[in-house]
Amino acid sequence: MSGEFRMPSLGADMAAGKLVEWLKRPGDAVRRGDVVAVVETQKGAIEVEIFTSGTLERLLVAPGTTVPVGTPLALVREEGAPAEPAPRPPAAGKVSPAARRLATRAGIDLSALAGSGPGGAVVAADVEMAVALREKPAPAAARPGLDFDAMRQAIAAAMARSKREIPHYYLASDIDFGPARAWLSAVNRDRPPERRLLASALLVKAGALALRKFPDMNGFFSEGAFRPSAAIHAGFAVAIRGGGLIAPAIHDADGMGIDALMDALRDLVARVRAGTVRSSELADPTVTVTSLGERGADSAFPIIYPPQVAIVGFGRESLRPWVSGNVVAPCPVVTATLGADHRVSDGHRGGLLLAEIAQLLQHPETL
Amino acid sequence: MSPDAIRAVLIEEIRRAVPGSTPEALPDDRPIRDEVDIDSMDFLSLVTALHQRLGIPIPEADYGRLDTLGHAEAYLAAQVAAKTGER
Amino acid sequence: MSAGTEITYREAVRQAICDAIARDGRVFLMGEDVGRYGGCYAVSKGLLDEYGPERIRDTPLSESAFVGAGIGAAIAGMRPIVEVMTVNFSLLALDQIVNNAATLRHMSGGQVGVPLVIRMATGAGRQLAAQHSHSFEGWYAGVPGIKVLAPATIEDARGMLWTALEDPDPVILFEHVMLYNASGILPADAGPVPIDKAAVRREGGDVTIVAYGGTLAKALAAAEDLAGDGVSAEVIDLRTLRPLDDSTILASVAKTRRAVIADEGWRTGSLAAEISARIMEGAFWNLDAPVARVCSAEVPIPYPRHLEEAALPQPAAIAAAARAALGRP
Repeated sequence: MSGEFRMPSLGADMAAGKLVEWLKRPGDAVRRGDVVAVVETQKGAIEVEIFTSGTLERLLVAPGTTVPVGTPLALVREEGAPAEPAPRPPAAGKVSPAARRLATRAGIDLSALAGSGPGGAVVAADVEMAVALREKPAPAAARPGLDFDAMRQAIAAAMARSKREIPHYYLASDIDFGPARAWLSAVNRDRPPERRLLASALLVKAGALALRKFPDMNGFFSEGAFRPSAAIHAGFAVAIRGGGLIAPAIHDADGMGIDALMDALRDLVARVRAGTVRSSELADPTVTVTSLGERGADSAFPIIYPPQVAIVGFGRESLRPWVSGNVVAPCPVVTATLGADHRVSDGHRGGLLLAEIAQLLQHPETL
Repeated sequence: MSPDAIRAVLIEEIRRAVPGSTPEALPDDRPIRDEVDIDSMDFLSLVTALHQRLGIPIPEADYGRLDTLGHAEAYLAAQVAAKTGER
Repeated sequence: MSAGTEITYREAVRQAICDAIARDGRVFLMGEDVGRYGGCYAVSKGLLDEYGPERIRDTPLSESAFVGAGIGAAIAGMRPIVEVMTVNFSLLALDQIVNNAATLRHMSGGQVGVPLVIRMATGAGRQLAAQHSHSFEGWYAGVPGIKVLAPATIEDARGMLWTALEDPDPVILFEHVMLYNASGILPADAGPVPIDKAAVRREGGDVTIVAYGGTLAKALAAAEDLAGDGVSAEVIDLRTLRPLDDSTILASVAKTRRAVIADEGWRTGSLAAEISARIMEGAFWNLDAPVARVCSAEVPIPYPRHLEEAALPQPAAIAAAARAALGRP
């Protein structure tokens, strides 16, 4: 049975994408999760994964073509499906007039092409595909750079929709980050830099783990109804140099060990910077976490990324006076904030979520 | 390793950590992270790269000594010298 | 812009006739049963009472005689609209149309013109059997000296007649029998339309479907079906069968690289054959597939409903031809 590999939707506001490059060729074996193509969107060049295993049979869209979301890009023969009749031998020799003229102009060897037209004829689209595939795949670094104007438009569209449609409520809580900081220092003391942890890893983990008890803040609101998600895929907001940001998913963040989570963050940030984010990471975050980092502001009032229903923000870690018992002492403090969707949850629930996060951060060794 | 060589490594690694930056134009006494907009993850990448290239330990407790180009160069030189002295 | 009103194709033709009679004192309608009976397809119902026997004239059952009379009236300075009940019966007037109306300007060295309009019904679908159901407009489209029109929309049914009457040479208007009851919106500002251009009724990029008259709605239905499969079909309404608007057809085929022609005539020697040849001449190097024709089966059109339907081009066959041209079985 043949399946279709389609232009994915990489966010609520994506209408179309430009196929930039095929990373697999017809006849190549593909496995679920393989990166098969690169698509250019307003969020930059995205590596698109395939969700079926089998053999790539035919490419339907040539590089450089912009097509709407949902357009079939390639045909895949699924694993275990009977092989199609062997590709017709080129000797069958049918070539359409349009294909023949294009091939002559472009210097394409027609005898090497498999035809997709009537009766296996080579048609113009086959020659155009061959011309497009003849170009050497561009190294990642040479892929089209980000279009900052387009990204700004995408952000504007998503945020305007969010503010228009989602009745936000906002909450904030200061969290004693002393135990977490002490634990991080102790752990990092004996580690080489490449294995050290950042506070962000603890914050994402605490946020994701806390959400297990708050399914009303993890999932999607669409067509008038909320669908909670069993999995917790934390979108992690990464700023892009030159402007803009994207929040690709760290899949199943609640179940990851802290080292694995740190590796995932490191990998994600590096790939955002290199422009090699994957389609599944953009398509399915169930909640977003934004951490302003060491040099950011004290707290964030984050805007929900639709169709999600909550976003957790962490401000800069700073030494502040902290009352513990009857003593005021300097203490590392992080302000956690929550922007959540009133159509799904209320402030009381949101407050409990922030309290749960604070509680988890008092025992960093368990995260 | 000469101070000039260490400085060259430092500048090259900052440029690698922050593509498009011009660390060679940085004043010696200004905070690097403000001048070239390095976040925590970039800084960790920079420290990792310096650790691997120069073969020196850079404990987290010493991060504060990498704040300006001048301080960083002095600190890295001292760490390299200490490592050579051990042999 | 005003919204317009919904009317039938029959009403649009009637309005066109009334408009022409009102505008020009030289215009009159004649034909079998157009007066007292109101027209075989009820197009001229009530017009005799409204305009009188000078303008609405019943004729004897002799196509050769009353078409010949129309030619004479046109030469003498009138602007006759001659209704022939169906194209099948027009064969009795073929000598008048082909040997006289079409030739006189040429044979008189330009001294004599025949500004005549002949309207006739064509096509099948009403279970009227072989002697009333054929589509011979393609034959007329092969005759120099006349123009051949096939209004397929409400607007064209309303607008083509006046432009045809203004033409200094004979014009034949073919009205498909299945269109008379069709309805659509006629814009309030509708009026005469040009008769020398085909129209793109639906834009698309994958395959061109050329249709006219009774096949236009079927081509549009096929295009809608194809769209469900992600195939984007462009539908061209020829509107004028002679002279053919080659440039509109060739431009579309150059874009889509594939063409399907839907024609209710018989395949052999059909208008579809002529269009296919022109595409071959003018767009061969742009083609990705052989030009396909969807025509009527080469039998006298049958009387039983299921056989009549089976004999005619249908949307499913048009869509199948388009899929085949795309290599998608």
